[in-house]
Amino acid sequence: MQADPKGVLTGIHFMDGDHAACEGALAAGCRFVAGYPITPSTEIVERFAARIPTVGGVFIQMEDELAASIAIQGGAWGGKKVMSVSSGPGISLMMEHLGYAFITETPSVWVNVQRGGPSTGLPTQPAQADMMQAKWGSHGDFEVIALAPNSPQECFDLMITAFNLTETWRVPVMFMMDEVVGHMTERVEIPPPEKIEVVDRKWTTKKPGEYKPFETTPEDPVPFMTKAGDGHRIHVTGLTHDERGYPAMTVPAQDKLVKRLVYKIRDNADKIVDVREDGVEGADVIVVSYGITSRVAMAAVEQARAKGIKVGHLRMVICWPFPAKRIKELAKKVKAFVVPEINLGQMVLEVERHVAGVAKVLHVGHAGGTVHEPDVILEKIMEAVR
Amino acid sequence: MSEEMGLEMEQDLERECALENPVLPYLRQDRIPHIWCPGCGIGTTVNCFARALTESGMNMDDIAIVSGIGCTGRVAGYLNLDSFHTTHGRAIPFATGLKLANPHMKVVVYSGDGDLSAIGGNHLLHAARRNMDLMVVCVNNFTYGMTGGQVAPTTPTGPTQTTMPYGNFESSFNLPALASACGAVYVARWTVYHVRQLAKAMREGLQKKGFVFIEALSPCPTLYSRRNRLGDGVDQVKYYKERSIVKNGADTKDVGLTYQGDIVVGKFVDRERPTWMDSMNEHFTKVLGNKFTPYGVENGQD
Repeated sequence: MQADPKGVLTGIHFMDGDHAACEGALAAGCRFVAGYPITPSTEIVERFAARIPTVGGVFIQMEDELAASIAIQGGAWGGKKVMSVSSGPGISLMMEHLGYAFITETPSVWVNVQRGGPSTGLPTQPAQADMMQAKWGSHGDFEVIALAPNSPQECFDLMITAFNLTETWRVPVMFMMDEVVGHMTERVEIPPPEKIEVVDRKWTTKKPGEYKPFETTPEDPVPFMTKAGDGHRIHVTGLTHDERGYPAMTVPAQDKLVKRLVYKIRDNADKIVDVREDGVEGADVIVVSYGITSRVAMAAVEQARAKGIKVGHLRMVICWPFPAKRIKELAKKVKAFVVPEINLGQMVLEVERHVAGVAKVLHVGHAGGTVHEPDVILEKIMEAVR
Repeated sequence: MSEEMGLEMEQDLERECALENPVLPYLRQDRIPHIWCPGCGIGTTVNCFARALTESGMNMDDIAIVSGIGCTGRVAGYLNLDSFHTTHGRAIPFATGLKLANPHMKVVVYSGDGDLSAIGGNHLLHAARRNMDLMVVCVNNFTYGMTGGQVAPTTPTGPTQTTMPYGNFESSFNLPALASACGAVYVARWTVYHVRQLAKAMREGLQKKGFVFIEALSPCPTLYSRRNRLGDGVDQVKYYKERSIVKNGADTKDVGLTYQGDIVVGKFVDRERPTWMDSMNEHFTKVLGNKFTPYGVENGQD
């Protein structure tokens, strides 16, 4: 369906990634945000607080991230499209509720404008060191979807994708920005509402009494949803539950539920994965990157090509689910992968796991605080072809 | 009498009861039996709540119930309402989101003393401060029941708990004073001995706009009473009967509880204050004029 025109600020703008992310959420139909201030993400909620009264919806600044990350789920079950926004320390506090969103299949977008960690770390400077937290940070088995925009324009565009994915799959979606993408100001083009495709919630059409809130079929592992007040008298719990939503703490119930939650994403990874490739066919080396580092990597790739090296670039627009199939295919054709990222080795582990020794995998780590120098990535590319 | 006949008679009896017990329509009967121990008072509070729902005349489709974790946290699962069993301590912020997203709902938070005042204490303070339109029922049994009888912020100084094996040396919260000081518009305390008064307070709470806090004292015979040789559930209710003093309008600073001491019960606070949403609508209308359409009101946005 088309975007609700009330939330779409059509036009050409000069804005930073945080503001663009907020506009993306509004265009996608987000009408409830609960937040708590934290650098470098705060501008997103500040803009939402300013915009929402005239768009139609609610913003509330909660008393902490624990509250914000569960208030949005109340909002989702109240019928709204919802988002919460934070950075490292706040995201750590939100992890329990990320798990609640997984087990209750609550559509919700979780923005992490990454900064240097661990702990309070580097509040005003970038990192990409929460990628494994996004994947594994909450306890128990689950599969996340995580996007990594590399520009303010993508903060807008991919935010709409993030909302569409969370509504389609009923899994919390992490929006993995970083301080540089959040604060860099560039041209952002917001299309007219009729050019913006948004996915509506998967509402049930069943009557009260017929509807089971967590009922699925083998063909469709994503249950239909309702909202409080629609007469279905649903029960929603963070406990392992059956199709009715009732607690069912047995081995078979756990097996059935958790496998469905995990495999609804694993089995459909091909439909979700999004990589952008540049010159990978016939390449000797492929640089695998994501987020802000993809823009730095591109400079290094161009310098290497100028030296006559056959180097390709694969950018993960969606990091989770990981593009395992594509990496495995490419591993058979190249000498090496070079993986730059602003952490000391996170997504590279996933590249290594799927390359499985078929090609070399060289990491270009960075402890955070700024982006890489293209030269260090170039050096690794040179090393890879040696 | 054959076994089959016996079963048939039992079913007849159940059907007869079903016709007469006014609480049954409010329960998810496919979830009974419940998990609560014999002598526990939580079920009594649920009975009072069901009566309050009947007397309020409200449409059950317009009421949602949100619980946290713990014995009282299971209440949501037994009530035939839109019901949410959330995470430990976070029933109030979940309920806040639900209320703001769907303002036509009456949202009730039903949880225990540990859930609401320890791990969830901060949310209690801020929801009362905001005058969020929620009714909070806090079943206070002075202990963590589900995990085996650990000390709670409500445990009076003195009694033994598993994590206070030599007796509790901490001071306890006076919950009505806390809720009142933070801005709740309705504050009451009753015990499970006072079933009529508790049901009435819940009915008033359902009809009150703003942050309502009702404390219901309830025995935990399995852990709190047994460990401290206070007898069974009935003995605790006898204590409530003998030592409760009704003082409607009492200053909440004077209603703190001591170990097996006097219990001041009553409706302590009943006042008016704009809710969070009323304040938002009034303020935005003032500063934004006709660019703003009031939210969550008839013919407004939702």
